[in-house]
Amino acid sequence: MIRLEPRTSPSPLMSVLSPVIAFGITLAVGGLIFWAMGKDPAQGLSTFVLEPFNGTRALTELALKSTPLILISLGLALCYRSNVWNIGAEGQFLMGGITGGGLALWFTTAGVGVGQVAFFPLLLVAGALGGAAWAAVVALLRDRFNANEILVSLMLVYVANLFLSWLVFGPWKDPDGFNFPQTVSFAAATEVPRLIKGMRVGWGFPVALLTALAMWLFMFHTYRGLQLQVGGPAPAAARYAGFSSRSAIWTTLLASGGLAGVAGALEVAGPMGQLTPSVSTGYGFTAIIVAFVGRLHPLGCILGSVVLSTFLIGGELAQSRVGLPSALTGIFQGVLLLALLACDTLVQYRPRWSATR
Amino acid sequence: MNELALLVAATLSAGTPLAVAAMGLLINERAGVLNLGAEGTMLVAAVAGFGVAWLTGNEWAAMAAGALAGALVSLVFGWLVIWLNTNQYATGLAISLFGSGFSAFVGIDLVGKPLALTAPLALPLLRDLPFLGVAVFRQHLMVYLAMALTGGVAWFLYRTRAGLVLRAIGESPTSAHALGYPVRLIRLAAVLVGGALCGVAGAYLSVVYTPLWVEGMVAGRGWIALALTVFATWRPARLLLGAYLFGGVTMLQMFLQAQGVQVAAQLMSMLPYLATVLVLVLISRNPAWIRLNMPASLGKPFFPGL
Repeated sequence: MIRLEPRTSPSPLMSVLSPVIAFGITLAVGGLIFWAMGKDPAQGLSTFVLEPFNGTRALTELALKSTPLILISLGLALCYRSNVWNIGAEGQFLMGGITGGGLALWFTTAGVGVGQVAFFPLLLVAGALGGAAWAAVVALLRDRFNANEILVSLMLVYVANLFLSWLVFGPWKDPDGFNFPQTVSFAAATEVPRLIKGMRVGWGFPVALLTALAMWLFMFHTYRGLQLQVGGPAPAAARYAGFSSRSAIWTTLLASGGLAGVAGALEVAGPMGQLTPSVSTGYGFTAIIVAFVGRLHPLGCILGSVVLSTFLIGGELAQSRVGLPSALTGIFQGVLLLALLACDTLVQYRPRWSATR
Repeated sequence: MNELALLVAATLSAGTPLAVAAMGLLINERAGVLNLGAEGTMLVAAVAGFGVAWLTGNEWAAMAAGALAGALVSLVFGWLVIWLNTNQYATGLAISLFGSGFSAFVGIDLVGKPLALTAPLALPLLRDLPFLGVAVFRQHLMVYLAMALTGGVAWFLYRTRAGLVLRAIGESPTSAHALGYPVRLIRLAAVLVGGALCGVAGAYLSVVYTPLWVEGMVAGRGWIALALTVFATWRPARLLLGAYLFGGVTMLQMFLQAQGVQVAAQLMSMLPYLATVLVLVLISRNPAWIRLNMPASLGKPFFPGL
């Protein structure tokens, strides 16, 4: 019988190893699924984890997919470190998409003449405001009325989705769109500038990387960053030290909502180029996994984003190449997070063999 | 008049899955375990139930399959949070994410297939009563079972020794452990029962309520069920009322449209979610009151070695 014994201090080795082991378990489960479906596991897995790295075009696609994940997970990592459970990043992402997309739409229909370079900062601000405003609702209700932020932020995901749907089926619908629920295609001037000619990846990617750097500096090298992190695991100690949990709620939610909003705006004005009912691709939920896989650390978030984007692209490839449903991605994501949580037990506890119970 | 009767009937039917799932979560939470995996559990159960209904044509076999699927998913959750002491929030989320992915994957061939099952149970004689006949007595048997379940859970929690032990474990697992009760096993049992009930609710959704499997069709009802346990301050009777209240809000759209009110369908569909937020705000305004009613060890891990 194996029993767990608490460690005197968390194991630093295990906290690094645990995502690696979890990744291994995920691959093993993935291989089993391919085998059970009568596909070659080796071929299936290489489609999932190797092909997304194969060649320049694949790598740029990987960067494109990582961009929203990095941005959203950075904000979530800050939240979770402060023990604020923002689960509704998906809704904040959508709202950023709506405000950013709305701005692009307005510039397009009004024919305002600006270049991509001038429009880009406006887009980022619009997205950040939309996402932050949506998260502010959560912060306000949590702060003023003590309403559970998990449930409120989640409910707002459904509301944001329906709001977007209302916009593109109603007031924002393209009049010449053959009744399709979508806006007009945005003008080229509002498009996110590309990093490399001919590839889809845009300026959003370096913005995400710089944000990670800024978040790292903020978390570990500023007084305010430290304050926020103390408030999470030890609210009593934080109160004693005079740190306000109210301001932690506002700061973390506005920051994470803003970042999710930027991600949404970049997605809408980048690869999508218009608003449709399907802006939501689950990035907000996938980013939760990224934040945990990345150990709630900004640089870890970058690594985690690459891993999870690999699964996203792998899912698409599995569909087109191997003929498996792309929903496989969801299984990979879920198994990865579950395995990670299970392995994390070994950070705090030591397994011991014992004869008795 | 007849429209109102139909509204009542639809409300009962829409409230039933919420009531059943929330009752399962209530049992979980009374034992001190917070299961944020409800949404994913319901999705897996919905697809399992639909699949079995598709194969056998028997809705009760489908409900059983839903319950079994729900219990199996919760077994993973329970093992992680109770034996490995993983964070209950994060693990529940992981289950929800896994459940939505897994159900989408497994159900890919079932999407949009119609299901032809038996007509709702109409109670003889009672069904012909004016108003009440249409409103109450022509429902699926599950609607009445949900009511009976509420009574059963209330009786169990407040009138039986086992219920007392369960509540004690939710309040203070350490004391219950000191008294010699197997805290972890009892918590696991609560999680399994909770998962099975979420499963029945999921199967009801895909087999009876909208006899159709569509990806993500639980549409937040798992989360609403979680909110309901807070709304009801962890009391069964209030939980049932809350479920019908939400069922009514869901059905308001249909009712208002019948009355000729012109509001976009998307905006009307926001109502249940906005109502959940509103209710959470109203109920949580007084933190002292919530703390008084909430099981004291809710969401906190228990490790007997310490």
